[in-house]
Amino acid sequence: MPFACIFVPNFPVAAVFRAEPELRARVVAIFDGKSPLEKVFFVNESAGRMGITPGMTKAQAELCTELTLRPRSPLQESVAHAALLDCAQSFSPCVEDAAADTAILDLAGMESLFGTLPEMARAISRRATSLGLEANVAVASNPDAAALAARGFSGVTMIPPGKEGESLESLPVEVLFADRWEGMEREGKKKEDERKKESARLLATLERWGIRHLRALAALPEVALSERLGQEGLRWQQLARGGASRTLIPVEAPAVFEEAVELEYPIVLLEPLAFLLHRLLEQICARLASRALTTQELRLTLELQNLAGTNPLCETAGISSESDALHSAAQSQLPAQHFVSGRQSKFCRTLRLPLPMLDPKLFLKLLQLDLNAHPPGPPIIKIHLAAEPARPRSAQGGLFLPPSPEPEKLELTLARIAGLVGEARVGSLELLDTYRAEGFRMRRFVPGAISETNRQKASVEEKSAVAALRMFRPPLRAIVTLENGELVRVVCSKKKEMQGSVLWKAGPWRSSGDWWEREAWARDEWDIVLQNADSAVLCRLVHDLLGGSWFVEGSYD
Amino acid sequence: MSSAVVSTSAAQGSPFVFEMEEEVAEVCAQPSGAELFSEGRPPQRVVPAIFSGVFSQDARLAGVTSASRLAVRSSPQMVSSGIAAMDALTGGLPRGCLTEIFGPASSGRTTVLLAAMAAATRRGEFCVVVDASDALDPLSVAAAGVELNRLLWVRCGGNSQQRHFSAVYSADSGTEKKQNVKSEPYHDEHRLEQLLRAADLLLESGGFGLIALDLGDLPPQAVCRIPLTTWFRFRRAVEHTPTVLLAVERQSIAGSCSSLLIQLGTQEHGMKQPADSRFPAPAHAQLLTDLEITAELVQSRLKRKPVRSSGITFASKTAWAG
Repeated sequence: MPFACIFVPNFPVAAVFRAEPELRARVVAIFDGKSPLEKVFFVNESAGRMGITPGMTKAQAELCTELTLRPRSPLQESVAHAALLDCAQSFSPCVEDAAADTAILDLAGMESLFGTLPEMARAISRRATSLGLEANVAVASNPDAAALAARGFSGVTMIPPGKEGESLESLPVEVLFADRWEGMEREGKKKEDERKKESARLLATLERWGIRHLRALAALPEVALSERLGQEGLRWQQLARGGASRTLIPVEAPAVFEEAVELEYPIVLLEPLAFLLHRLLEQICARLASRALTTQELRLTLELQNLAGTNPLCETAGISSESDALHSAAQSQLPAQHFVSGRQSKFCRTLRLPLPMLDPKLFLKLLQLDLNAHPPGPPIIKIHLAAEPARPRSAQGGLFLPPSPEPEKLELTLARIAGLVGEARVGSLELLDTYRAEGFRMRRFVPGAISETNRQKASVEEKSAVAALRMFRPPLRAIVTLENGELVRVVCSKKKEMQGSVLWKAGPWRSSGDWWEREAWARDEWDIVLQNADSAVLCRLVHDLLGGSWFVEGSYD
Repeated sequence: MSSAVVSTSAAQGSPFVFEMEEEVAEVCAQPSGAELFSEGRPPQRVVPAIFSGVFSQDARLAGVTSASRLAVRSSPQMVSSGIAAMDALTGGLPRGCLTEIFGPASSGRTTVLLAAMAAATRRGEFCVVVDASDALDPLSVAAAGVELNRLLWVRCGGNSQQRHFSAVYSADSGTEKKQNVKSEPYHDEHRLEQLLRAADLLLESGGFGLIALDLGDLPPQAVCRIPLTTWFRFRRAVEHTPTVLLAVERQSIAGSCSSLLIQLGTQEHGMKQPADSRFPAPAHAQLLTDLEITAELVQSRLKRKPVRSSGITFASKTAWAG
């Protein structure tokens, strides 16, 4: 039964590289600890060559001018770990979360999907790279041999069945204890220290015996080893021989797709923010793609620097209560919210898409347009992006179907137009169950399939044209001359065409409503023909019975 | 393949390009000008074979098809406008072309527009109306039979000072509040700019069966400022797409860019009143039932023969007329 192990060497450094890929070519050290006792925790290869070693103080490391120092980021490490699990889950449903930097997966039965084992190993390596992780991949007939090979050999390693011992014999004995170091990240600090001490003691013992490679450990007599190191020693020997066998402890990786970046310096402009967002979106989309998922909702949370003098009260920007009342469903974005937690305020935007999509460029453009319309304000110190996973949409195309807008293009176009005319002014219509004037609301335009009943109804309704009304928004205030209670003349100061003598009239048609609410309305309507010098205009005249004013509401056209 | 340019008509001197090698050989075998003179025939300009490849080898002319070889452009597909009489007049609305509908206020432009949109949604297409004056009446749209979830409405004029209808109709509206309203021309230009940019975006997006640009309430002096290049751009963008681009305006503005130009006007307004006309009926006994609309096909670039001005009259009923 084949197993594969994905191991990310120098995991804290790899997590930082994943967030800042431009650092890969530079000399980097990760420091940890409380100031002023910060110490170098991990270094990359080039830093090691320059003599920077873990354990140095930050002050000592800073003497190297070429060195780039970054603080250890548990947030980025957890995100990188999630990406590692996503990578493993994309190849097998049976994945063991062995350590923060190690995932072991059962490849049994996967050949028919992904090809031969070497092809699969290479594909895993490529997938890890696409997720921003430079990982070692090893395939062996048991999980522990695969894990040791992944820790010991860089790149892709294939261990044929039965040759585990020969393949692993050249590895140093330190690889046996590597999992102890990395796997303890999630345990308590005390246990971590205890295990570190235990590992160091055992390594020192083996060093004294002259055991430096697994070959030497495997060749030791079992009884003698057992007498000196106990059952634990025998287990190590089994591992060194590549003969240990166990069942995987599979984990169900949670479908949480979040990416975050903590900024060294606060960002003020939207352009550098877009640069970082693009990176986060690409990572999140790659993770979603690896799990064959898409997203329908993106949540952007920006942690803002709390500047002195800013109002610490919660603010609601953009469309808020009005959007709930009138355009709740019409908007693709929820209200922007500033809320304060402790000393830092947060700015949240939620991007809801009509259909599941997976296009980082599109998402970036939509977020950019949204942030242009609703700028966050204070400098940004942390970016957090989360995607709500959704199943990819399945649609059956047809040769004879009428054309319809592409959802991705349409979404971007609507966002651009919303930026142009206002968010509440683009969408489709929804009539409200009221006789009040302007009894409609705008809602989100989502191209949907026409129902069969509508088609049948439409075919029946193919009839003569219906006279349409053109509205004046806002309605034109009019001065109306009455003679013996009859309309004689109408004058609109704002529109010259809408004035003249009343040639013909029909009405009044009286209506009222909402008298039980504050916004009561009552009005009389006339359809009148206004004769002016140029032409005759047929329009609708309204008398507001509560306010007493006259308005020309629209013209028949 | 080489080519030669020869003149077959000295009077016209118009060159013809032969691309067949056999033809070139035949041309080169023709007698010289002096020989022709001696024979008493009019001289013919014969281009030596050395110049024959000039036009074809010229990089600037590479890929240029001579006018004589241009393919005849196929006529666009016509779709129903939703009004049988209009279809009889124009043959429908052409896809991939700009159609202009113009006329004064109350001439039936919006009626025709809504009928076209209703027909498009009946075909299962998606429509968009870019409304420069925010004048679309949702009740009229629904009454016309437009499927509302297939209609995208872009209401220009946003981001400028707007007053809500209910605020104007409020009980205390007797005293109009003073507002810092900018001048009307500013608003018109603002709306026009929004309309053009939205139209550009929608044409680029594609996928709509009908895109309507409603300029019906903007003053002609503002609309006339739209450069002709904009209309050329629109025409080019909509070309080879299944979209009907419809512009509704007070007077024709797109010039030669429009493939179909329809002028509308109203004859009379239908009024239902008691049969006995000796006594004028009171206003409450009257009812607006229909509008008589006249339509005239002013210009059509879809047919090769020039269009004779022809007109029709049809009635549009009000929603409550039954």
